[in-house]
Amino acid sequence: MSLTIHLEVKKDVLCIRLSGELDHHSADELREKATKAIEDYEIHHIVLNMEKLTFMDSSGLGVILGRYKQIKQIHGEMVVCAISPAVQRLFEMSGLFKIIRLEPTEEFALQRLGVA
Amino acid sequence: MMKNEMHIQFSALSQNESFARVTVAAFITQLDPTMDELTEIKTVVSEAVTNAIIHGYEQDPNGMVYISVKMEDDFIDMSIRDQGLGIMDVEEARQPLFTTKPELERSGMGFTIMENFMDEIEIQSQPGKGTEIRLRKHLSKSKMLCN
Repeated sequence: MSLTIHLEVKKDVLCIRLSGELDHHSADELREKATKAIEDYEIHHIVLNMEKLTFMDSSGLGVILGRYKQIKQIHGEMVVCAISPAVQRLFEMSGLFKIIRLEPTEEFALQRLGVA
Repeated sequence: MMKNEMHIQFSALSQNESFARVTVAAFITQLDPTMDELTEIKTVVSEAVTNAIIHGYEQDPNGMVYISVKMEDDFIDMSIRDQGLGIMDVEEARQPLFTTKPELERSGMGFTIMENFMDEIEIQSQPGKGTEIRLRKHLSKSKMLCN
């Protein structure tokens, strides 16, 4: 199963909804699409919805960290939501929760960024 | 006592990363692992194979990745091997967040994840000759029986 990437722009927030498997192979496409959307739509913040993600490894951590750095430069914030226990373990192991906020749902995440 | 083993080899192409982890997962399913254990095995296979492709062969698809999985009762012994560039400094490579390829947005968490998800990891690498990662794990069934 490959990765399906759904992007939606809400004001200055880019909602990235992932379903399927995020590994090194699929990370390239996510990097390209998200980077382009951030530049094209003057995005400040990112909501990453991982509700339908069935697999992720450290390549996923890398591409998420890369987008975090990208919006950090423009003083934006990144919020992840609806993550599985397996993905949560990877986030904890790598210390990503120190810089990326976690919310239970996309609605909460959007509220947090003031666009819900 | 049940002994079983399998061996596969495939081109160092990123689309084979999912093939590798799904194949290994399918093979160990006969040991009746928990969903967590299955996820852990799939993740570590993905990490080791991705390392072989990105670092071992620097994404040259002519390279071949070799996986062997042996199991005996509830014990799994995996080998993921390449004949690529090798690792200059294994101890450095094992450090969390260390990567030689930050420009590719590598997280540097591959070995840390392998160490966390498996009981044992052994890294043998020779610069210019290749790398072999041995990963071992006892599935939880026997732990329950022992208690």
